Parts: sequence; structure tokens; C-alpha cells
Amino acid sequence: MEKIELDYPARHAVPRRVHVGVVGSGDLEVLLEPSPDQRAHVLVNTSVDGFGVVWKSVLDRFFERFGGAASIEINDFGATPGTVMLRLEQAAEAVRA
Amino acid sequence: MSAVAAVRNHRQFLGRTSFIEMGARERARSILDEGSFRELLGPFDRLKSPWLPLQGIVAQADDGVVLARGTLDGKPALVAAIESIYQGGSMGEVSGAKIAGALELALRDCEQGKPVLPVLLLETGGVRLQEANLGLAVIAEIHAAIVALRRHVPVIGVISGMVGCFGGMSLAAALCSRLILTRQARLGMNGPEVIEQEAGIAELDASDRALVWSLIGGEQRHAVGLVDDLLEDDAVAIAASVRAAFAQGLPRQERSAQVELYLERLAAIDPQQPLDGPALRAIWHGAAQS
Repeated sequence: MEKIELDYPARHAVPRRVHVGVVGSGDLEVLLEPSPDQRAHVLVNTSVDGFGVVWKSVLDRFFERFGGAASIEINDFGATPGTVMLRLEQAAEAVRA
Repeated sequence: MSAVAAVRNHRQFLGRTSFIEMGARERARSILDEGSFRELLGPFDRLKSPWLPLQGIVAQADDGVVLARGTLDGKPALVAAIESIYQGGSMGEVSGAKIAGALELALRDCEQGKPVLPVLLLETGGVRLQEANLGLAVIAEIHAAIVALRRHVPVIGVISGMVGCFGGMSLAAALCSRLILTRQARLGMNGPEVIEQEAGIAELDASDRALVWSLIGGEQRHAVGLVDDLLEDDAVAIAASVRAAFAQGLPRQERSAQVELYLERLAAIDPQQPLDGPALRAIWHGAAQS
């Protein structure tokens, strides 16, 4: 099990908190809520060790588009990068809805 | 079947909303009156298992149990839904305590003359092995709460599949006033893999799905009178069946209180003789309902 923490600059506030996904095999849950400051904070708890670079690449790409000042907690049970991105996009869509 | 009926059934089939494909939160929402869903101790309360991370397992923020208050036909209701995808729906200290605590609060409301209709969506392999005795202890609390609560209101259990309901939580299902299953559901004390592992493949081939379902599947459990309503995987039908189960009021006698009946039934079985699903149906010939 590994913890990864990343911070990103943000362009706008997020209006609400959302929860998507489930900590099932090959899946993850995302808890997204307004952050206490003007930045975005991500905490990843993952069952698979040694993929910090891949996590950073996926999150870098997500935050290029997202830009919300959100605190995001990810609880991951071995999701592939594609699944991670889909869950993040699902959370972003739920925030905008 | 006529061609017209086949087309109609085909449309019915396509128009159905699967209950099995929903997560626990969506299931609870789909049972309750539209717009009445209000979650207690949701994921942002972060009441997680303190034990799983110590064993290198990532914990889910709601520990795999969704508690929702809302209404059923306008009457206050409680739905406890187990998320089977997370750790096989297993009951840990926190997830079990959430269900037990919610049932105990519903009991307090009932005792104060404010009935709450309890629904349990039981999709679970039973106790979470990583939390051992703590999980077993809360399962006992759930049992006690169901028994106390069903003196006031019927307690309705739903098992939809695909995990089914096993172990100590199969006892919780058996304590429910009424049980609703789909054909995909399974209900039993030991799961097939456990039986094969402990007693050998000659006793049970757990990979033989037709055999497993013929023994513990929803249709068989209904045919021998252990289940009150057998449904297709249809969210609308399941929500309607839950309402109908409450509308019938308290059963004349709870199934788990029919001790003489079940002793007679057990006495009719010769353990020396091989027994399969159809044979058990023949011996127990149908329903023994309240």
C-alpha cells in the first residue's frame, strides 16, 4: 500500500462535493470536495506500490483541463490509468452537473 | 409463446432497469420514494475500517455500507445496503456497526410510537476475515436488533445477487420477517467454494454453477418455502415487492420462530441418502409460509 500526495494550482472554486466509484478490484473511489485554499490537493491511497510516476502523469493531464480548487481523495484497488481517468472525469462531470 | 407475446416480452426485458448492476447507493435510492433518499454516515464522514490499512488493504470511505433514511409510500423508512464489490460485501467492525446502530435507532423510534420501516439489502459473503471477532460481534448485534425490531414492524430482506448472502449474515436474512430474492441470488451458510475446500470436490463442485444454483439459488430457496417473493432482476419490481411486503403487516409467526415445523422438516431428511435440489423440494413440498 502506498500514499501519494500531489498539489496543483487552481483556476476556479468547486461548488459542491461529489463521490464516485467503489474500492473494488481494478476500480477506485474518488471523494472530491472544495479545498480550504485556492489550490487543488490530491491524496492517493493505492494498493499497488511503485507507480508514482504514472499517477503523476494521469493527474497532471487531468488538472490541465479541470482546474478546480478541490481536495481529492482517491482510494484505489489496482485500477488501470484509463479507469482512473474515467473516474476523475466522472467526478468532474458530477461537480459541474 | 406467440410471436406477439415474444415481442412484448422482449420489450419488457429491454425496458427493465437492472437492480444487480446498481451499486449499493443506487439500490437504496431506487427502493425509497423518489427524492426522499438521505444518507447517514456517508463517505465524507470517512468512517473507515481502522484494521484493513494495517494489513495493507485500501479502505473505502463508507466501509461498504450505505445507510439511507427516506420514505416508502410516504412512511418513514430505513434502508441498509451492502456494497458487494468492496471486499465481497464483508461485514467488518465499522460496516456491521453502521447497520446495527441504524437498526437500533429505528427500534428506538418504533418504541416511541414512530414506526420506521427497515429494509436490508444483503449482498455479503459474511464476516470480514481480516476483522475476525469484531466482525462476528457486530453481526450478533445485527441479529439482536432485527429480532427486537420485528416485534414492531416487519423487517424486509432483499438478496439480489450476484454475490448472494452467506455466513453469519445468512442468519440475519433468515431472521427477516420476509425475504425477497431474484433468480440470480444465492442464500446459504457456507459458500460453495468453502464447502469444496473443506469437504472436497466429491461433496460439491463449486465451479458447477447449475448445481450450485439448484441447491442455494433464489428459485430453489423460494420453492422450499424459505423465501417469500421470487423476482426477475428488475429494480421497479423489487421496490414494489418491498412495499407489498410491508403492506402485509407483521407475519402471524416469524419464519425463524417456526421451530416445530423446521424440526419436522429436518427429521424427514435421511443424511445417508444423497440429496439434490429437486429431491429436497419433493420432501419439503413447497411453501411453509406465515
